[in-house]
Amino acid sequence: MNIYKHELKMKIRSVIAWSLAIALLIFIYLSIFSSIAVDAKLLNEMMSSFPEEFLIAFGMTDMDWSTILGFFGLIFLFIQICLAIQAANYGFSLVSVEETDLTADFLLAKPVGRTKIMTSKFLAAITGLTITNLVVWISSFVFLRMYSDGGQFETKPVLYLLLSIAIFQLFFLTAGMLISLLVKRVRSVTPFSMALVFGMYVLNAFGGMIGEDKLEILSPFKHFEPNYILKHAAYDLPLAWISVAVIVISVVGSYVLYSRRNIRSAV
Amino acid sequence: MSVIDANNLTKYYGKARGIIDVSFNVDEGEIFGFIGPNGAGKSTTIRLFCSLIFPSSGEVKIFGKDAIKYGPEIRQDIGYLPSEVFYYDRMKVIDLLKYSASFYKKDCTKRLYELAEIMELDLNRRIDDLSYGNKKKVGIVQGLLHQPKLLFLDEPTSGLDPLMQKKFYKLIREENERGATIFLSSHILGVVQKMCSRVAIIKEGSIVDIQDVRTLERDNYKKIHIVANEIEEKRFDLPGVIQLEKENGAVSFFYKGDINRIMSAISEQEVSDVTIEEPTLEEIFMHYYE
Repeated sequence: MNIYKHELKMKIRSVIAWSLAIALLIFIYLSIFSSIAVDAKLLNEMMSSFPEEFLIAFGMTDMDWSTILGFFGLIFLFIQICLAIQAANYGFSLVSVEETDLTADFLLAKPVGRTKIMTSKFLAAITGLTITNLVVWISSFVFLRMYSDGGQFETKPVLYLLLSIAIFQLFFLTAGMLISLLVKRVRSVTPFSMALVFGMYVLNAFGGMIGEDKLEILSPFKHFEPNYILKHAAYDLPLAWISVAVIVISVVGSYVLYSRRNIRSAV
Repeated sequence: MSVIDANNLTKYYGKARGIIDVSFNVDEGEIFGFIGPNGAGKSTTIRLFCSLIFPSSGEVKIFGKDAIKYGPEIRQDIGYLPSEVFYYDRMKVIDLLKYSASFYKKDCTKRLYELAEIMELDLNRRIDDLSYGNKKKVGIVQGLLHQPKLLFLDEPTSGLDPLMQKKFYKLIREENERGATIFLSSHILGVVQKMCSRVAIIKEGSIVDIQDVRTLERDNYKKIHIVANEIEEKRFDLPGVIQLEKENGAVSFFYKGDINRIMSAISEQEVSDVTIEEPTLEEIFMHYYE
Protein backbone atom coordinates (compact mmCIF):
# COMPACT_ATOMS: atom_id res chain seq x y z
CA MET A 1 0.00 0.00 0.00
CA ASN A 2 2.88 2.37 0.77
CA ILE A 3 4.32 2.01 -2.73
CA TYR A 4 0.90 2.59 -4.26
CA LYS A 5 0.43 5.79 -2.27
CA HIS A 6 3.90 6.98 -3.09
CA GLU A 7 3.43 6.30 -6.80
CA LEU A 8 0.09 8.03 -6.91
CA LYS A 9 1.52 11.06 -5.16
CA MET A 10 4.35 11.24 -7.70
CA LYS A 11 1.85 11.01 -10.55
CA ILE A 12 -1.01 13.16 -9.39
CA ARG A 13 0.23 16.40 -10.91
CA SER A 14 0.68 14.80 -14.28
CA VAL A 15 -2.78 13.20 -14.03
CA ILE A 16 -4.39 16.54 -13.27
CA ALA A 17 -2.53 18.26 -16.09
CA TRP A 18 -3.55 15.64 -18.64
CA SER A 19 -7.14 15.57 -17.43
CA LEU A 20 -7.52 19.33 -17.61
CA ALA A 21 -5.87 19.51 -21.01
CA ILE A 22 -8.15 16.87 -22.46
CA ALA A 23 -11.23 18.45 -20.88
CA LEU A 24 -10.20 21.75 -22.40
CA LEU A 25 -9.72 20.09 -25.78
CA ILE A 26 -13.23 18.65 -25.65
CA PHE A 27 -14.63 22.00 -24.61
CA ILE A 28 -12.91 23.96 -27.36
CA TYR A 29 -13.80 21.55 -30.15
CA LEU A 30 -17.42 21.11 -29.12
CA SER A 31 -17.89 24.83 -28.64
CA ILE A 32 -17.11 25.47 -32.29
CA PHE A 33 -19.59 22.85 -33.44
CA SER A 34 -22.52 25.24 -33.70
CA SER A 35 -20.66 27.47 -36.13
CA ILE A 36 -19.59 24.47 -38.18
CA ALA A 37 -23.07 22.93 -38.20
CA VAL A 38 -24.36 25.94 -40.09
CA ASP A 39 -22.24 24.98 -43.05
CA ALA A 40 -22.61 21.25 -42.49
CA LYS A 41 -24.15 20.57 -45.85
CA LEU A 42 -21.36 22.37 -47.62
CA LEU A 43 -18.73 20.54 -45.59
CA ASN A 44 -20.33 17.17 -46.25
CA GLU A 45 -20.26 17.92 -49.96
CA MET A 46 -16.70 19.09 -49.80
CA MET A 47 -15.62 16.01 -47.88
CA SER A 48 -17.24 13.67 -50.34
CA SER A 49 -15.06 15.17 -53.02
CA PHE A 50 -11.90 14.25 -51.12
CA PRO A 51 -10.23 10.96 -51.99
CA GLU A 52 -11.27 8.06 -49.81
CA GLU A 53 -7.69 7.49 -48.62
CA PHE A 54 -7.47 10.99 -47.25
CA LEU A 55 -10.65 10.53 -45.27
CA ILE A 56 -9.42 7.25 -43.83
CA ALA A 57 -6.16 8.85 -42.78
CA PHE A 58 -7.92 11.46 -40.72
CA GLY A 59 -10.71 9.31 -39.40
CA MET A 60 -13.31 11.15 -41.41
CA THR A 61 -15.01 8.31 -43.19
CA ASP A 62 -18.69 7.85 -42.44
CA MET A 63 -18.67 11.19 -40.81
CA ASP A 64 -21.60 13.51 -40.73
CA TRP A 65 -20.81 17.16 -40.05
CA SER A 66 -24.41 18.04 -39.43
CA THR A 67 -24.85 16.12 -36.17
CA ILE A 68 -22.91 16.72 -33.01
CA LEU A 69 -22.11 13.02 -32.71
CA GLY A 70 -20.66 13.00 -36.18
CA PHE A 71 -18.45 15.83 -35.15
CA PHE A 72 -17.66 14.19 -31.81
CA GLY A 73 -16.43 11.13 -33.71
CA LEU A 74 -13.77 13.26 -35.39
CA ILE A 75 -12.56 15.03 -32.29
CA PHE A 76 -12.60 11.81 -30.29
CA LEU A 77 -9.68 10.66 -32.41
CA PHE A 78 -7.64 13.54 -30.98
CA ILE A 79 -8.79 12.64 -27.49
CA GLN A 80 -7.71 9.07 -28.15
CA ILE A 81 -4.27 10.25 -29.21
CA CYS A 82 -3.91 12.27 -26.00
CA LEU A 83 -5.13 9.39 -23.86
CA ALA A 84 -2.76 7.05 -25.65
CA ILE A 85 0.26 9.29 -25.08
CA GLN A 86 -0.58 9.66 -21.41
CA ALA A 87 -1.07 5.92 -20.95
CA ALA A 88 2.06 5.08 -22.92
CA ASN A 89 4.09 7.57 -20.86
CA TYR A 90 2.95 5.90 -17.66
CA GLY A 91 3.59 2.47 -19.10
CA PHE A 92 7.10 3.18 -20.34
CA SER A 93 8.10 4.92 -17.13
CA LEU A 94 6.34 2.52 -14.76
CA VAL A 95 9.40 0.57 -13.70
CA SER A 96 12.03 2.07 -15.97
CA VAL A 97 11.93 5.42 -14.17
CA GLU A 98 13.51 3.78 -11.13
CA GLU A 99 16.42 2.76 -13.30
CA THR A 100 16.81 6.04 -15.18
CA ASP A 101 16.62 8.02 -11.96
CA LEU A 102 18.74 5.35 -10.30
CA THR A 103 16.32 4.97 -7.42
CA ALA A 104 15.92 1.25 -8.07
CA ASP A 105 18.73 0.52 -5.62
CA PHE A 106 16.68 2.20 -2.94
CA LEU A 107 13.37 0.55 -3.70
CA LEU A 108 14.54 -2.94 -4.53
CA ALA A 109 16.75 -3.25 -1.47
CA LYS A 110 13.64 -2.81 0.67
CA PRO A 111 11.89 -5.86 2.07
CA VAL A 112 9.41 -6.15 -0.74
CA GLY A 113 9.18 -8.53 -3.69
CA ARG A 114 9.28 -7.48 -7.31
CA THR A 115 5.75 -8.71 -7.96
CA LYS A 116 4.40 -6.51 -5.24
CA ILE A 117 6.34 -3.49 -6.52
CA MET A 118 5.01 -4.07 -10.01
CA THR A 119 1.43 -4.55 -8.82
CA SER A 120 1.49 -1.42 -6.69
CA LYS A 121 2.90 0.68 -9.51
CA PHE A 122 0.51 -0.81 -12.03
CA LEU A 123 -2.49 -0.09 -9.84
CA ALA A 124 -1.30 3.45 -9.19
CA ALA A 125 -1.00 4.04 -12.94
CA ILE A 126 -4.47 2.59 -13.52
CA THR A 127 -5.85 4.85 -10.82
CA GLY A 128 -4.30 7.87 -12.51
CA LEU A 129 -5.65 6.88 -15.90
CA THR A 130 -9.08 6.22 -14.43
CA ILE A 131 -9.19 9.73 -13.03
CA THR A 132 -8.47 11.08 -16.51
CA ASN A 133 -11.04 8.67 -17.90
CA LEU A 134 -13.69 10.02 -15.51
CA VAL A 135 -12.86 13.57 -16.46
CA VAL A 136 -13.34 12.65 -20.12
CA TRP A 137 -16.71 11.09 -19.28
CA ILE A 138 -17.90 14.10 -17.35
CA SER A 139 -16.67 16.71 -19.78
CA SER A 140 -17.98 14.77 -22.79
CA PHE A 141 -21.47 14.63 -21.37
CA VAL A 142 -21.46 18.17 -20.05
CA PHE A 143 -20.17 19.77 -23.23
CA LEU A 144 -22.20 17.55 -25.57
CA ARG A 145 -25.33 18.63 -23.73
CA MET A 146 -24.22 22.23 -23.72
CA TYR A 147 -23.47 22.50 -27.43
CA SER A 148 -25.86 20.05 -29.03
CA ASP A 149 -29.00 21.30 -30.63
CA GLY A 150 -31.53 21.67 -27.82
CA GLY A 151 -29.32 19.63 -25.51
CA GLN A 152 -30.42 16.40 -27.18
CA PHE A 153 -28.18 13.64 -28.49
CA GLU A 154 -28.19 9.89 -28.60
CA THR A 155 -26.54 8.63 -25.42
CA LYS A 156 -26.12 4.95 -26.22
CA PRO A 157 -23.38 5.32 -28.86
CA VAL A 158 -21.59 7.83 -26.63
CA LEU A 159 -21.66 5.38 -23.73
CA TYR A 160 -20.14 2.69 -25.93
CA LEU A 161 -17.46 5.07 -27.08
CA LEU A 162 -16.56 6.26 -23.61
CA LEU A 163 -16.57 2.71 -22.25
CA SER A 164 -13.86 1.84 -24.75
CA ILE A 165 -11.45 4.32 -23.15
CA ALA A 166 -10.43 1.99 -20.31
CA ILE A 167 -9.34 -0.81 -22.67
CA PHE A 168 -7.72 1.72 -24.96
CA GLN A 169 -5.68 3.17 -22.08
CA LEU A 170 -4.75 -0.28 -20.80
CA PHE A 171 -3.45 -1.23 -24.24
CA PHE A 172 -0.91 1.59 -24.25
CA LEU A 173 -0.10 1.29 -20.56
CA THR A 174 0.67 -2.41 -20.70
CA ALA A 175 2.35 -2.38 -24.11
CA GLY A 176 4.61 0.42 -22.87
CA MET A 177 5.37 -1.55 -19.75
CA LEU A 178 6.32 -4.65 -21.71
CA ILE A 179 8.49 -2.80 -24.22
CA SER A 180 10.28 -0.90 -21.45
CA LEU A 181 11.25 -4.26 -19.96
CA LEU A 182 12.27 -5.76 -23.29
CA VAL A 183 14.81 -3.04 -24.02
CA LYS A 184 18.01 -2.65 -22.07
CA ARG A 185 17.39 0.88 -20.97
CA VAL A 186 14.79 3.60 -21.41
CA ARG A 187 16.78 6.81 -21.32
CA SER A 188 13.85 9.04 -22.02
CA VAL A 189 10.21 8.05 -22.06
CA THR A 190 8.82 10.52 -24.60
CA PRO A 191 10.45 9.14 -27.77
CA PHE A 192 9.25 5.66 -26.87
CA SER A 193 5.67 6.66 -26.19
CA MET A 194 5.50 8.91 -29.25
CA ALA A 195 6.80 6.10 -31.41
CA LEU A 196 4.28 3.64 -30.01
CA VAL A 197 1.29 5.97 -30.21
CA PHE A 198 1.96 7.45 -33.62
CA GLY A 199 3.14 4.10 -34.89
CA MET A 200 -0.22 2.65 -33.98
CA TYR A 201 -2.00 5.69 -35.38
CA VAL A 202 -0.18 5.44 -38.66
CA LEU A 203 -0.85 1.71 -38.91
CA ASN A 204 -4.54 2.50 -38.83
CA ALA A 205 -4.56 5.75 -40.76
CA PHE A 206 -2.29 4.83 -43.60
CA GLY A 207 -2.79 1.09 -43.52
CA GLY A 208 -6.05 1.57 -45.37
CA MET A 209 -4.50 4.16 -47.63
CA ILE A 210 -1.69 2.04 -48.98
CA GLY A 211 -3.97 -0.96 -49.20
CA GLU A 212 -1.93 -2.90 -46.67
CA ASP A 213 -4.68 -3.64 -44.17
CA LYS A 214 -3.11 -6.63 -42.43
CA LEU A 215 -1.09 -4.55 -40.02
CA GLU A 216 -3.88 -2.24 -39.02
CA ILE A 217 -5.58 -5.03 -37.09
CA LEU A 218 -2.84 -4.54 -34.46
CA SER A 219 -3.84 -0.97 -33.82
CA PRO A 220 -6.27 -0.02 -31.08
CA PHE A 221 -7.06 3.05 -33.17
CA LYS A 222 -8.62 0.55 -35.57
CA HIS A 223 -10.19 -1.58 -32.82
CA PHE A 224 -11.94 1.43 -31.31
CA GLU A 225 -12.54 3.67 -34.30
CA PRO A 226 -14.87 6.40 -32.94
CA ASN A 227 -16.96 6.73 -36.10
CA TYR A 228 -17.63 3.00 -36.21
CA ILE A 229 -18.68 2.86 -32.56
CA LEU A 230 -20.86 5.98 -32.82
CA LYS A 231 -22.53 4.79 -35.99
CA HIS A 232 -23.24 1.24 -34.87
CA ALA A 233 -23.51 1.76 -31.10
CA ALA A 234 -21.37 -1.39 -30.88
CA TYR A 235 -17.73 -2.45 -30.98
CA ASP A 236 -15.97 -3.74 -34.01
CA LEU A 237 -15.81 -7.33 -32.83
CA PRO A 238 -13.78 -9.50 -32.94
CA LEU A 239 -11.19 -6.78 -33.67
CA ALA A 240 -11.59 -5.24 -30.22
CA TRP A 241 -10.60 -8.59 -28.68
CA ILE A 242 -7.14 -8.16 -30.17
CA SER A 243 -6.60 -5.21 -27.83
CA VAL A 244 -7.67 -7.34 -24.89
CA ALA A 245 -5.32 -10.11 -25.96
CA VAL A 246 -2.41 -7.68 -26.26
CA ILE A 247 -3.16 -6.39 -22.76
CA VAL A 248 -3.17 -9.86 -21.24
CA ILE A 249 0.06 -10.85 -22.97
CA SER A 250 1.77 -7.60 -22.00
CA VAL A 251 0.80 -7.88 -18.34
CA VAL A 252 1.95 -11.48 -18.03
CA GLY A 253 5.14 -10.77 -19.98
CA SER A 254 5.93 -7.72 -17.85
CA TYR A 255 5.62 -9.62 -14.59
CA VAL A 256 7.82 -12.43 -15.86
CA LEU A 257 10.48 -10.07 -17.20
CA TYR A 258 10.54 -7.82 -14.17
CA SER A 259 10.91 -10.66 -11.72
CA ARG A 260 14.11 -11.68 -13.52
CA ARG A 261 15.47 -8.29 -14.40
CA ASN A 262 19.02 -7.33 -13.50
CA ILE A 263 18.97 -3.79 -12.20
CA ARG A 264 21.69 -1.64 -13.72
CA SER A 265 23.91 0.16 -11.29
CA ALA A 266 24.72 3.83 -11.31
CA VAL A 267 28.33 3.38 -12.31
CA MET B 1 26.63 -18.90 12.42
CA SER B 2 27.40 -17.51 9.00
CA VAL B 3 25.39 -14.43 8.20
CA ILE B 4 26.57 -14.40 4.61
CA ASP B 5 27.41 -17.61 2.85
CA ALA B 6 28.44 -17.10 -0.76
CA ASN B 7 29.02 -20.22 -2.82
CA ASN B 8 30.72 -20.12 -6.22
CA LEU B 9 28.92 -16.93 -7.06
CA THR B 10 29.44 -15.97 -10.70
CA LYS B 11 27.95 -13.08 -12.58
CA TYR B 12 28.36 -12.14 -16.21
CA TYR B 13 26.68 -9.14 -17.78
CA GLY B 14 26.27 -10.58 -21.21
CA LYS B 15 29.90 -11.30 -22.03
CA ALA B 16 31.29 -8.73 -19.62
CA ARG B 17 32.79 -10.10 -16.45
CA GLY B 18 31.16 -9.24 -13.16
CA ILE B 19 32.52 -11.69 -10.65
CA ILE B 20 33.80 -15.22 -11.07
CA ASP B 21 33.44 -18.07 -8.62
CA VAL B 22 33.32 -15.99 -5.46
CA SER B 23 32.97 -17.95 -2.23
CA PHE B 24 33.31 -16.75 1.34
CA ASN B 25 31.57 -16.62 4.69
CA VAL B 26 30.92 -13.72 6.99
CA ASP B 27 30.24 -14.56 10.62
CA GLU B 28 27.68 -12.99 12.85
CA GLY B 29 28.88 -9.81 14.55
CA GLU B 30 31.89 -9.45 12.29
CA ILE B 31 33.03 -6.33 10.49
CA PHE B 32 34.12 -7.77 7.21
CA GLY B 33 36.13 -5.72 4.75
CA PHE B 34 35.88 -6.13 1.02
CA ILE B 35 38.63 -4.45 -0.84
CA GLY B 36 39.79 -4.08 -4.40
CA PRO B 37 40.30 -1.48 -7.09
CA ASN B 38 37.43 0.06 -9.03
CA GLY B 39 35.76 -2.38 -11.35
CA ALA B 40 36.98 -5.43 -9.48
CA GLY B 41 33.44 -6.58 -8.72
CA LYS B 42 32.76 -5.19 -5.25
CA SER B 43 29.46 -3.57 -6.10
CA THR B 44 28.39 -6.53 -8.21
CA THR B 45 28.86 -8.78 -5.19
CA ILE B 46 26.81 -6.56 -2.91
CA ARG B 47 24.10 -6.15 -5.52
CA LEU B 48 23.90 -9.92 -5.77
CA PHE B 49 23.48 -10.11 -2.01
CA CYS B 50 20.56 -7.67 -2.19
CA SER B 51 18.99 -9.51 -5.17
CA LEU B 52 19.21 -6.39 -7.30
CA ILE B 53 20.82 -8.64 -9.86
CA PHE B 54 20.71 -12.39 -10.25
CA PRO B 55 23.73 -14.68 -10.38
CA SER B 56 24.71 -16.46 -13.58
CA SER B 57 25.58 -19.40 -11.36
CA GLY B 58 26.19 -20.15 -7.72
CA GLU B 59 24.12 -19.06 -4.79
CA VAL B 60 24.22 -16.92 -1.71
CA LYS B 61 22.60 -17.57 1.62
CA ILE B 62 21.92 -14.76 4.04
CA PHE B 63 20.89 -15.60 7.60
CA GLY B 64 20.97 -19.18 6.30
CA LYS B 65 18.30 -18.56 3.67
CA ASP B 66 18.52 -18.33 -0.08
CA ALA B 67 18.87 -14.67 -0.98
CA ILE B 68 16.56 -14.81 -3.98
CA LYS B 69 13.83 -17.10 -2.73
CA TYR B 70 13.52 -15.39 0.64
CA GLY B 71 14.58 -11.97 -0.61
CA PRO B 72 11.82 -9.80 0.87
CA GLU B 73 11.96 -11.60 4.22
CA ILE B 74 15.74 -11.35 4.46
CA ARG B 75 15.76 -7.69 3.50
CA GLN B 76 13.69 -6.83 6.59
CA ASP B 77 17.00 -7.14 8.43
CA ILE B 78 19.35 -5.72 5.82
CA GLY B 79 20.53 -2.15 5.51
CA TYR B 80 22.12 -1.14 2.23
CA LEU B 81 24.05 1.99 1.47
CA PRO B 82 24.93 2.11 -2.23
CA SER B 83 28.11 3.78 -3.41
CA GLU B 84 26.16 6.26 -5.48
CA VAL B 85 23.03 7.55 -3.78
CA PHE B 86 20.00 8.64 -5.76
CA TYR B 87 16.55 9.37 -4.40
CA TYR B 88 13.28 10.77 -5.62
CA ASP B 89 14.33 14.33 -6.36
CA ARG B 90 11.04 16.00 -5.73
CA MET B 91 10.60 14.58 -2.25
CA LYS B 92 11.56 16.20 0.99
CA VAL B 93 14.17 14.38 3.04
CA ILE B 94 11.72 13.60 5.83
CA ASP B 95 9.15 12.20 3.37
CA LEU B 96 11.74 9.97 1.79
CA LEU B 97 12.88 8.67 5.16
CA LYS B 98 9.31 8.04 6.25
CA TYR B 99 8.68 6.24 2.98
CA SER B 100 11.77 4.17 3.64
CA ALA B 101 10.61 3.41 7.18
CA SER B 102 7.17 2.36 5.94
CA PHE B 103 8.66 -0.80 4.44
CA TYR B 104 9.70 -2.23 7.79
CA LYS B 105 7.54 -3.98 10.29
CA LYS B 106 8.94 -2.17 13.29
CA ASP B 107 8.41 1.48 14.15
CA CYS B 108 11.49 3.37 13.08
CA THR B 109 10.43 6.94 13.82
CA LYS B 110 12.51 7.44 16.95
CA ARG B 111 15.66 6.03 15.40
CA LEU B 112 15.05 8.10 12.28
CA TYR B 113 15.20 11.37 14.19
CA GLU B 114 18.14 10.17 16.30
CA LEU B 115 20.17 9.34 13.22
CA ALA B 116 19.24 12.55 11.44
CA GLU B 117 20.49 14.48 14.43
CA ILE B 118 23.75 12.57 14.65
CA MET B 119 24.39 13.08 10.93
CA GLU B 120 23.24 16.74 11.14
CA LEU B 121 20.74 16.21 8.37
CA ASP B 122 18.23 18.94 7.54
CA LEU B 123 14.97 17.03 7.20
CA ASN B 124 12.93 19.73 5.54
CA ARG B 125 14.96 20.23 2.42
CA ARG B 126 14.13 18.78 -0.95
CA ILE B 127 16.34 15.95 -2.17
CA ASP B 128 17.34 17.79 -5.34
CA ASP B 129 18.60 20.73 -3.29
CA LEU B 130 21.07 18.56 -1.42
CA SER B 131 24.78 18.35 -2.09
CA TYR B 132 26.33 14.97 -2.79
CA GLY B 133 27.57 14.69 0.78
CA ASN B 134 24.14 15.46 2.17
CA LYS B 135 22.55 12.89 -0.11
CA LYS B 136 25.02 10.41 1.26
CA LYS B 137 23.81 11.28 4.75
CA VAL B 138 20.25 10.57 3.66
CA GLY B 139 21.55 7.24 2.44
CA ILE B 140 23.13 6.50 5.78
CA VAL B 141 19.99 7.32 7.77
CA GLN B 142 17.85 5.38 5.32
CA GLY B 143 20.11 2.36 5.62
CA LEU B 144 20.26 2.36 9.40
CA LEU B 145 16.85 3.51 10.58
CA HIS B 146 15.40 0.02 10.92
CA GLN B 147 18.35 -1.21 13.00
CA PRO B 148 19.32 -3.95 10.57
CA LYS B 149 21.14 -7.10 11.58
CA LEU B 150 23.30 -6.92 8.49
CA LEU B 151 24.68 -3.80 6.85
CA PHE B 152 26.07 -3.54 3.34
CA LEU B 153 28.20 -0.46 2.98
CA ASP B 154 29.51 0.20 -0.51
CA GLU B 155 32.18 2.91 -0.42
CA PRO B 156 30.25 4.51 2.43
CA THR B 157 32.29 7.59 3.09
CA SER B 158 32.96 8.93 -0.37
CA GLY B 159 31.63 12.48 -0.41
CA LEU B 160 31.62 12.91 3.36
CA ASP B 161 33.96 15.36 5.05
CA PRO B 162 36.45 13.95 7.58
CA LEU B 163 34.37 15.03 10.56
CA MET B 164 31.32 13.26 9.20
CA GLN B 165 33.38 10.22 8.32
CA LYS B 166 34.44 9.99 11.92
CA LYS B 167 30.85 10.24 13.14
CA PHE B 168 29.81 7.69 10.60
CA TYR B 169 32.40 5.15 11.68
CA LYS B 170 31.49 5.70 15.29
CA LEU B 171 27.90 4.99 14.35
CA ILE B 172 28.89 1.83 12.52
CA ARG B 173 30.90 0.63 15.50
CA GLU B 174 27.89 1.19 17.74
CA GLU B 175 25.71 -0.77 15.35
CA ASN B 176 28.29 -3.52 15.45
CA GLU B 177 28.40 -3.54 19.24
CA ARG B 178 24.63 -3.82 19.19
CA GLY B 179 25.16 -7.05 17.27
CA ALA B 180 24.95 -6.02 13.65
CA THR B 181 27.20 -7.67 11.11
CA ILE B 182 28.92 -5.19 8.83
CA PHE B 183 30.05 -5.82 5.27
CA LEU B 184 32.22 -2.91 4.26
CA SER B 185 33.43 -2.49 0.73
CA SER B 186 36.07 0.06 -0.07
CA HIS B 187 39.10 0.78 -2.15
CA ILE B 188 40.66 2.74 0.69
CA LEU B 189 42.86 0.50 2.77
CA GLY B 190 43.03 2.77 5.80
CA VAL B 191 39.30 2.54 6.32
CA VAL B 192 39.27 -1.23 6.20
CA GLN B 193 42.35 -1.42 8.38
CA LYS B 194 40.72 0.69 11.05
CA MET B 195 37.35 -0.99 11.10
CA CYS B 196 37.55 -4.59 10.02
CA SER B 197 38.58 -7.85 11.56
CA ARG B 198 38.86 -9.77 8.33
CA VAL B 199 39.25 -8.66 4.77
CA ALA B 200 38.62 -10.26 1.41
CA ILE B 201 40.66 -9.04 -1.50
CA ILE B 202 39.04 -9.06 -4.90
CA LYS B 203 40.84 -8.68 -8.18
CA GLU B 204 39.31 -8.75 -11.64
CA GLY B 205 36.21 -10.46 -10.33
CA SER B 206 37.87 -13.17 -8.28
CA ILE B 207 38.71 -13.40 -4.61
CA VAL B 208 42.49 -13.64 -4.37
CA ASP B 209 42.81 -13.85 -0.61
CA ILE B 210 40.87 -13.63 2.62
CA GLN B 211 42.99 -12.52 5.53
CA ASP B 212 42.92 -11.39 9.08
CA VAL B 213 43.60 -7.66 9.12
CA ARG B 214 46.18 -7.96 11.92
CA THR B 215 48.14 -10.52 9.90
CA LEU B 216 47.95 -8.31 6.91
CA GLU B 217 49.36 -5.41 8.86
CA ARG B 218 52.15 -7.46 10.31
CA ASP B 219 53.15 -8.61 6.88
CA ASN B 220 52.88 -5.16 5.50
CA TYR B 221 55.51 -3.56 3.36
CA LYS B 222 56.77 -0.07 4.10
CA LYS B 223 57.49 2.27 1.29
CA ILE B 224 60.87 3.91 1.81
CA HIS B 225 62.29 6.80 -0.14
CA ILE B 226 65.80 8.08 0.47
CA VAL B 227 67.40 11.20 -1.00
CA ALA B 228 71.16 11.61 -0.82
CA ASN B 229 73.98 13.17 -2.79
CA GLU B 230 75.92 10.04 -3.35
CA ILE B 231 74.17 6.86 -2.74
CA GLU B 232 74.72 3.31 -3.68
CA GLU B 233 71.51 1.45 -4.03
CA LYS B 234 73.31 -1.83 -3.65
CA ARG B 235 73.65 -1.13 0.05
CA PHE B 236 69.94 -1.54 0.43
CA ASP B 237 69.78 -4.81 -1.38
CA LEU B 238 68.88 -6.58 1.82
CA PRO B 239 66.53 -9.45 2.53
CA GLY B 240 62.97 -8.12 2.64
CA VAL B 241 63.62 -5.36 0.14
CA ILE B 242 61.81 -5.42 -3.17
CA GLN B 243 61.47 -3.15 -6.16
CA LEU B 244 64.69 -1.31 -5.44
CA GLU B 245 65.00 1.65 -7.78
CA LYS B 246 67.42 4.53 -8.19
CA GLU B 247 66.38 7.73 -9.80
CA ASN B 248 68.01 11.20 -9.78
CA GLY B 249 70.02 10.66 -6.66
CA ALA B 250 67.14 9.08 -4.81
CA VAL B 251 66.54 5.49 -3.90
CA SER B 252 63.14 4.00 -3.31
CA PHE B 253 62.05 0.52 -2.38
CA PHE B 254 59.57 -1.52 -0.37
CA TYR B 255 60.66 -3.25 2.78
CA LYS B 256 59.11 -5.93 4.89
CA GLY B 257 60.79 -7.17 8.08
CA ASP B 258 62.54 -5.82 11.16
CA ILE B 259 62.40 -2.06 10.86
CA ASN B 260 65.65 -1.64 12.90
CA ARG B 261 67.71 -3.43 10.30
CA ILE B 262 66.69 -1.02 7.58
CA MET B 263 67.09 1.96 9.91
CA SER B 264 70.70 1.11 10.62
CA ALA B 265 71.33 0.60 6.93
CA ILE B 266 70.00 4.09 6.29
CA SER B 267 71.98 5.68 9.13
CA GLU B 268 75.22 4.40 7.64
CA GLN B 269 74.59 6.76 4.75
CA GLU B 270 74.88 10.48 4.47
CA VAL B 271 71.31 11.26 3.50
CA SER B 272 69.45 14.51 3.03
CA ASP B 273 65.92 13.20 3.32
CA VAL B 274 64.08 10.02 4.25
CA THR B 275 60.42 9.22 4.03
CA ILE B 276 58.85 6.03 5.29
CA GLU B 277 55.21 5.65 4.47
CA GLU B 278 52.36 3.22 4.26
CA PRO B 279 52.02 1.93 0.77
CA THR B 280 48.86 2.57 -1.18
CA LEU B 281 46.36 -0.19 -1.71
CA GLU B 282 47.79 -1.14 -5.07
CA GLU B 283 51.24 -1.27 -3.56
CA ILE B 284 50.31 -3.27 -0.50
CA PHE B 285 48.51 -5.84 -2.56
CA MET B 286 51.17 -5.74 -5.15
CA HIS B 287 51.81 -9.43 -4.90
CA TYR B 288 48.11 -10.00 -5.59
CA TYR B 289 47.94 -7.55 -8.40
CA GLU B 290 51.21 -8.29 -10.13
